[in-house]
Amino acid sequence: MKYLDEFSDPELAQRLLTSIRETATRPWAIMEVCGGQTHSIIRHGIDQLLPDSVEMIHGPGCPVCVTPLETIDRALVIAERPDVIFCSFGDMLRVPGSERDLFQIKSAGGDVRVVYSPLDALKIAKENPDREVVFFGIGFETTAPANAMTVHQANRLGLRNFSMLVSHVLVPPAITGIMESPHCRVQGFLGAGHVCSVMGTAEYPALAEKYGVPIVVTGFEPLDILEGIRRTVIQLEEGRHEVENAYPRAVPAEGNPAAQQVLRDVFTETDRTWRGIGVIPRSGWRLADKYVAFDAERRFDVDGVRTDESAICRSGEVLQGLIKPHECSAFGAECTPRNPLGATMVSSEGACAAYFQYRRLDLVGAAAHE
Amino acid sequence: MCLAVPGRVVGLRSEDGARMAEVDFGGVLKDVCLEYLPSVAVDDYVIVHVGFAIQRLDEKSALETLANFENLGLLEEEFGDGFAQAAKQAGVEQPGVEQEPRA
Ligand code: SF4
Repeated sequence: MKYLDEFSDPELAQRLLTSIRETATRPWAIMEVCGGQTHSIIRHGIDQLLPDSVEMIHGPGCPVCVTPLETIDRALVIAERPDVIFCSFGDMLRVPGSERDLFQIKSAGGDVRVVYSPLDALKIAKENPDREVVFFGIGFETTAPANAMTVHQANRLGLRNFSMLVSHVLVPPAITGIMESPHCRVQGFLGAGHVCSVMGTAEYPALAEKYGVPIVVTGFEPLDILEGIRRTVIQLEEGRHEVENAYPRAVPAEGNPAAQQVLRDVFTETDRTWRGIGVIPRSGWRLADKYVAFDAERRFDVDGVRTDESAICRSGEVLQGLIKPHECSAFGAECTPRNPLGATMVSSEGACAAYFQYRRLDLVGAAAHE
Repeated sequence: MCLAVPGRVVGLRSEDGARMAEVDFGGVLKDVCLEYLPSVAVDDYVIVHVGFAIQRLDEKSALETLANFENLGLLEEEFGDGFAQAAKQAGVEQPGVEQEPRA
């Protein structure tokens, strides 16, 4: 039990684990969709504390990891233009494009800036009227309201030198994509708490019903995850497949209606390519037609970009829960956070990064330890 | 980047017609947009993601979560310098952050 003392309430953690152990009579495979939860699980060794019969499968919920290579390459072409200030969340800096990344563009003299909020990029645009300011608008439903409001504000203020490279992805279609895969082993889901803080839980009962899977919405802290797993296992053992909210302190059933209204105004559903996975129908948001003036892909000519994905990287399989990171032969060898072959090795929510950070000594031995 | 962090509202104002707040995250102060939770008042706790309050939270839960995040180094990850973190990961020097744009 090397990890238990690190829980904020080890006794409660122990009680939850005991309850899971006593409840699980058969093998179950549960997917956590969200990369933040993946990190929490690996960091706290939750997967190792669970009984052998309960397996956690890591899902595709890392927006940085699933942003299509083509979009990354387009971002790099835009970011190196001398007239552009390119603003991004810090997580994107080292995500490998076909040949390079944003960090290298910055090192070569490009004006790449890390912002905490998309509103910071808007401020930069106001302060630099003679420069083009572009924000890399990625994320799941949690981040989308921030990006939507930023576009809404840019429009209201009539800012002509601001645009957004939008590549939003959505959780419910990802669940559909996972369940429709012929290799799918997932029997239950932990729902991503903060996604539901925005969207509520209304989208999930139809999925639970159609695929016969329990979906238990929970948070990111270790005790929340254990409680989510406990409730999922109870449902599985009882043959139920319902949507449960194990995170009511942050998730009202209706979500945040004000945010949903702005999302509907600013964004439109679109088919989206998920890096390593492929196209998932209606799985993303793009700017609605009336905001097309703020679309960076239209403002800059980026159509001719040619992509070249690593032939070795298996991050697509990692993101679909088909393999664990260390089952990729490059893990800890050719591929490390220092020299990443895939986005999952550098994002703070990527599964390969989590395994490297917390497990590499157990997994690949001291030889791969730099 | 998907982390949402609880914080306490310490001041309200308006900027470019948008409701904004100053929010205290365990000692780190940040500007936060309140357009999605317009009825929030000073001393309320909110869950903030990339500069936007997306839900309210009770004080007890907020303080517990903040203490957890602090212990795990997540506040530093969220509010620290992105280039410094990326440079450390890459094992290289950090490119000049205040670099002047090219002529
Ligand atoms: S270890 Fe590296 S190469 Fe292998 S799947 Fe992960 S990111 Fe790709």
